[in-house]
Amino acid sequence: MTTTTRPGAGPDAAEVRARSGAAGMRLGHRLFVAREVGIGLALVLLVGVTTAVNPRFLSGQGRQDLMLGATILVVLAVGQAIVIITRNVDLSVGSILGLAAFATGKLFLAMPDAPIVLAVLVGTGLGVLCGVVNGALIAVARVPALVVTLGTLYVFRGIDYSWAAGQQINAADMPSGFKSMGTADLLGIPLLALFAVAVLLVAGFYLKSYRSGRELYAIGSDPAAARLHGIPVGWRVFGALVVSGGLAGLAGVLYAARYGTLDAAAGTGIELNVVAAVVVGGVAIFGGSGSVYGAALGAVLLSTIGSALPVLKVNPFWQQAVVGALILAAIGLDRALAARVANRLRGRKARGA
Amino acid sequence: MAPDRTTGRSARWVSTFGTWDVLVIVVLALVVVGSSVLVEGFATARFWGFLLLDIVPIALIALPMTLIVITGEIDLSVASTLGLASAVLGQLWVSGLPLVLAVPLVVLLGALLGAVNGLFVAGFGLPSLAVTIGTLALYRGLAYVVLGDRAVADFPIGWTGNSIEALPGTTVPWVVLPLAVLAIGFGVLLHATPVGRGLYAMGNNDQAATFSGIAVARTKFWLYVVTGAIAALAGVFWTMRYASARADNGAGLELSVVAAVLLGGVSIFGGRGTLVGVLAGVLLLMTLRNALQLADVPADTLTVVTGTLLIVSVVGPNAAGMLRARMRRRRPAAPPVAGAEGA
Amino acid sequence: MPERADPVPARLALSGVRKSFGAVHALADVRLELRAGEVHALVGENGAGKSTLVKILAGVHAPDAGELTMDGAPLVLTGPADARAAGIAVIYQEPTLFPDLSVAENIFMGRQPLRGLRRIDTAAMRERATELFARLGVPLDPDRPARGLSIADQQLVEIAKALSFEARVLVMDEPTAALSGVEVERLFAVVRSLREAGAAILFISHRFDEVFALSQRITVMRDGRWVSTDPADELDVAQVVRRMVGREVSQLYPKQPTEVGEVILRVRGLNRRGVFADVGFEVRRGEIVALAGLVGAGRSEVVRAIFGVDPYDAGEVLVDGVRLPGGRPAAAMAAGLALVPEDRRQQGLVMELSIERNATLTRRWPLARFGLLGRGAERAAAQTWTQRLQVKAGRLGDPVSTLSGGNQQKVVLAKWLSTVPKVLIVDEPTRGIDVGTKAEVHRLMSQLAGEGVAVLMVSSELPEVLGMADRVLVMHEGRLVSEIARDAATEESVMLAATGQGGRA
Repeated sequence: MTTTTRPGAGPDAAEVRARSGAAGMRLGHRLFVAREVGIGLALVLLVGVTTAVNPRFLSGQGRQDLMLGATILVVLAVGQAIVIITRNVDLSVGSILGLAAFATGKLFLAMPDAPIVLAVLVGTGLGVLCGVVNGALIAVARVPALVVTLGTLYVFRGIDYSWAAGQQINAADMPSGFKSMGTADLLGIPLLALFAVAVLLVAGFYLKSYRSGRELYAIGSDPAAARLHGIPVGWRVFGALVVSGGLAGLAGVLYAARYGTLDAAAGTGIELNVVAAVVVGGVAIFGGSGSVYGAALGAVLLSTIGSALPVLKVNPFWQQAVVGALILAAIGLDRALAARVANRLRGRKARGA
Repeated sequence: MAPDRTTGRSARWVSTFGTWDVLVIVVLALVVVGSSVLVEGFATARFWGFLLLDIVPIALIALPMTLIVITGEIDLSVASTLGLASAVLGQLWVSGLPLVLAVPLVVLLGALLGAVNGLFVAGFGLPSLAVTIGTLALYRGLAYVVLGDRAVADFPIGWTGNSIEALPGTTVPWVVLPLAVLAIGFGVLLHATPVGRGLYAMGNNDQAATFSGIAVARTKFWLYVVTGAIAALAGVFWTMRYASARADNGAGLELSVVAAVLLGGVSIFGGRGTLVGVLAGVLLLMTLRNALQLADVPADTLTVVTGTLLIVSVVGPNAAGMLRARMRRRRPAAPPVAGAEGA
Repeated sequence: MPERADPVPARLALSGVRKSFGAVHALADVRLELRAGEVHALVGENGAGKSTLVKILAGVHAPDAGELTMDGAPLVLTGPADARAAGIAVIYQEPTLFPDLSVAENIFMGRQPLRGLRRIDTAAMRERATELFARLGVPLDPDRPARGLSIADQQLVEIAKALSFEARVLVMDEPTAALSGVEVERLFAVVRSLREAGAAILFISHRFDEVFALSQRITVMRDGRWVSTDPADELDVAQVVRRMVGREVSQLYPKQPTEVGEVILRVRGLNRRGVFADVGFEVRRGEIVALAGLVGAGRSEVVRAIFGVDPYDAGEVLVDGVRLPGGRPAAAMAAGLALVPEDRRQQGLVMELSIERNATLTRRWPLARFGLLGRGAERAAAQTWTQRLQVKAGRLGDPVSTLSGGNQQKVVLAKWLSTVPKVLIVDEPTRGIDVGTKAEVHRLMSQLAGEGVAVLMVSSELPEVLGMADRVLVMHEGRLVSEIARDAATEESVMLAATGQGGRA
C-alpha cells in the first residue's frame, strides 16, 4: 500500500532500453564532445602550421615553454569555469593572483628557508580568503557576482599595491629550491604544468561524479528551479567562488615560481583572458553547460596563439585582437548552433502534427 | 552578470528609488566639505580645474552608459573604443591627415565600433556582457595593431593647448560646457521623452515593452552606436589633453565608468536609475579619488576606494531592502503576494 | 494492498483549509480527500482556487488555517522538500526541468545513486532511468538533455521522477492543457497504471471528457470554496458546469446584437513553420470573432504574428486593405491594431512601473509635445482612462504590481483602449480575474463592438466563446479547421472541431 512500484506496464523494456541507449550516444554527448574536439583540432592545426614554419616551435625547449605558458591560465580557467557554470562570474582572479604572488615573495623574504609546501598553502589560503569575501557578498548580500567581483578586482589590487608600496621582489631574493620548481620537469613535463593537470582532473572528476558538483550545473541551468528542488543555492555559489579564489591563489604561487621577479602589478588584466578561455572552451556564459576540460583546452589554445604569433611572423600586437575575435566567434557559434537545434525541433514538431 | 530576475528586486528597489540620488549627493557634499578642511590644496581653483579635466571623459562615457545599463545591458568595450580612437587619430595625423578631417573620421569609427556591439547584442541577441568583453579585447588589440607601443605626440599645440583651455577668468575648462549641454540632452532624453519611457520599460521587462510597440532591438542597437561615438569623442579629448596618442590610452576606464553608474543608483538589472544620480556618482568617485591623491595617498592604492564604493553602492540598498522586508514580515498583515490569482 | 473501504483513512486529506493573499481570499474552508488507488478530479473555473490548492499540496504555500493529514496522521509542509519527503509529487502544466542536464539527472537530482567514495553511479542512474521509462512504456532517452523536450515528454520526466521516489500522491495540474490527442492517450495510460499500483492521484483539467474518462470522484470548486464531491458515475457534464458557474450563463455575457460593417482586418495564408499554417480569416466592424481551440493549437501565436510581435514565414495581414509590414508592432498600432496579450504579468504590463506609466506606455508619442513628455499630460491621460474603466487603485504613481489581477487587466485594457483601436485583439481577456470584473470586461467588449470596433478574441473558456462571439473560428494543431456562426455554435460543435474530430460547421 505504500509504494507505486509495479514493473512492466509498457512495451518490452529491453527494446526501449536498447533504442534509447543508442540514441543517447548520438544525441546526448554530441554537442559536448564536438566542442572539445573542435578546440583540440584548432590547437593541433595551429601547432602543426607553426611547427611547419619553424620546427623549433615543438623542440624540447619549445614544448616546455608552451606547457609552462598555459599552466597559469589553465588553473585560473578551471576555477572560472566552476563559477560561470553556476551563472556567476569572478572578475577578481587577476587581483587575487597578484596578491598571492606577492605574498609568496614576501614569505620567502621573511623566511628564506620556508618549505615550498608552506608557500603553496599560504598563497592558496590567501586566495581562499579573498574567495570567501566574494562568495559572502554574493550569497549573503545577494549582490550580482559581476558587480561584487568588479569591486573586489579593485580592492584586492589596491591592497596589493599599498602592501607592496612600490617594492619589487627580485628573482635573486627567492630560494633556489622554489625557483627550480618553475623549471623542473618530470618525464619532460614541467612540474608546474603537473599542478595544472592535477587541478583539472580533480575539478573535472568532482563536477562529474559528485552530487554537489551536478548541483552547480543545475543552479546555472535554472536558479529558480534549483531553489524549488531544495538545492542550497547560496552555499553552492559561495563554494564556487571560494574554489575560484583558492585556485587564483595557487596560480599566484605558480606565477612567483615561474617568473621570480614580482611587483604589485602581477596578473593585471589576466581575468579577461581567463573569461575568454572559458567561453571559447564552450562554457555557456549564462551557466549550466560546459566542462572544465573545455575551459582548459580554451586556455591552452589562447596561450599557444600567444606563443605562435611571433613564430608565424605575425605582429605580436595582434594577440589581444585575436582573443577578442575568438570570444565573439565562440559565442556567435554557440548561438548559431542553438538556433539550428531549435529550428530542427520546430520542424520535427510540424511534421509530427 | 546573470541577472536573476526573480528575486523580488522590484520591492527592494522601489523604496530606494529617488532617495539614493539624494544620499549620493549628501555624501558628495560631505566629502567636499571634509576635504576642504582636511586636505591642503583641495579648496583651490587649480585643483578643481584639474579635477574637472579628469571628470570629463568618465562623465562623457557615463551618459550613454547610463542608458544602456537602464535597458538591462552593459558595454565594457568603451575604454577600448577610446583607446582605438586615440590610436587611429594618431596614425591618421602621422599619415598627414589634418585634424579637422581626422577627428570626425575617428568619431565615425567609434559609431561603427558601437554598431558592431549593437549588431551582436541587439541583432543576434547575444549576452552583452560576453560580447563587450570580446570587443573590449578586440578593440584594444586593434589599437595595438594600429600603433604598437609607439606614441604619437606631435599634435599641434593649437589643439592640445585648446583642449585644456579654461573659461576666461576661471580655472573651469571650457570642455565642461559642451559636456553640460550633452548631459542635459541625455537627461531630457531619458526622463522626459517617449524614448526614455521606452528605455525604462524594456529594462524592466523587454517582452512587455515589445508588446507595447517599443522597438527593443532597434533602440538598443542605436544606443550602442551612440555609446561608441561618444567613447571615440572621449578618446579625441584624451589624446589632446595628454598630447599623446597611445594604444593603451584609457585602459581600465570602463571599470570606473561602470562603478560610477552603479554608484549613481542605476540597477545592474536595468529599469532603474536617474541621470542626476549618475552625475553625482561620477563626481563623488572622482572627487574622493583626487582628494586622496592630493593627500598623498598613492594612486595605485586608490583603486581600493573605487572598488569599495562600487560594492557599497550595491550592497547598501540590498541590505536596507532586506532589513525593511524583515520588519514588514513581523507586522501581522501579510503583504499581497503574486499568485493569488490564476485559478 | 489498496483497500477502498471507507474505514481506511484517506491517503491525503485536507479540511477547513483557508488561504488569503492580502485582501484576496484565495481559499476558504476547502476540503479534499484523496484515496489510494483512485483518480480524483478537481474542476472549477479559472480563479476558483485550484492552483492555490496545488501550491499548498506542493508545500509552496502554507495554509492560513485548516489541516492536512496523510494516512490519518497530521502533516505539516514547510517547503517543497517536505512535500517530496512525504511522498507528494506535483506535476505542473509546464514542468520545471533543468534544460542543460540530462533526462536521467533531472530525475535523480540530489538523489543520484552512489557508489564508493560517495561518487555518483552514472551507470546505475541511467539503468534506473531506463527502467522507469520502460515501466511507463515510453521510449525516452535518459542521456539526452532536457532542453528541447516537448511539454508532454517533460511531464513524463516529472512522472518518472515521482516514480523514482515512490510518490504516494500524484498531483497533476492541467497536465493535458498543452498535449495533442496521442500524447493525452499516452499520459492516461501511464496514469491508469499508477492508479492500479495504488497511488492517489489528483487530476485537474478543463476538459470534461478527460475528467469523466479518467476519474472516479469529482470535486467542484467555485470562488475559492468547496462546492461538492461526488462519484463520477453519479454526475454528468451539465451538472458539473452548473456547479462550477453557479449561475445562469446568460447573465454573464451581456452580448448585444450589433450592426456588422465592412471588413477591417483581413488575414491571408499566414504561415509559420512548425507553429501554424495557412491561416486566413476576416473580421468586420462591430463584430466579435472568437478564436477557439485547445491550448497549444496556435491561437496566441497567430494573433502575436498578426500584431507583429512574432515573425511569420508567409502570408499577409491587411488592415483596411493596407498590408502591414511583418514583425513591427509599432506599425500595427499605427494602423489601428491593439493586442491585449495572454500573459498579463509578462507581456501586458511592466510590473515594476507605476500604473500611470503602464497606462500611457502605448501613447508615449501622441502625448508628447515637441518630443517632450510632461508628467501632467501623462497623469491626465492615465486618470481619464483608469476612471473610465473604473480601476480601483490608491495612487496612479503606485507600482502596477500592487493591484489585484482584475484591476491589472483593466490597466492593460486602458493602455490599449486609449489608442482608440479599430481592431482590438484580446487574448484570454478574463483569465484569472474575479467574476465581477469578468462581467465588466465582457460588457466593455460588447460596448466596443457596438461602437464599431472589430474584436478578435482568443479564449479557452467555452461559455465565454459561446456567450460573446458573433462567429467562432476554431483552430486545431496550427490550422483553422472550422468556422461556426453564432446560432450554430454549441459546446459540442466547438469542442469537436477543436479536438480535430469535427471540421463541419
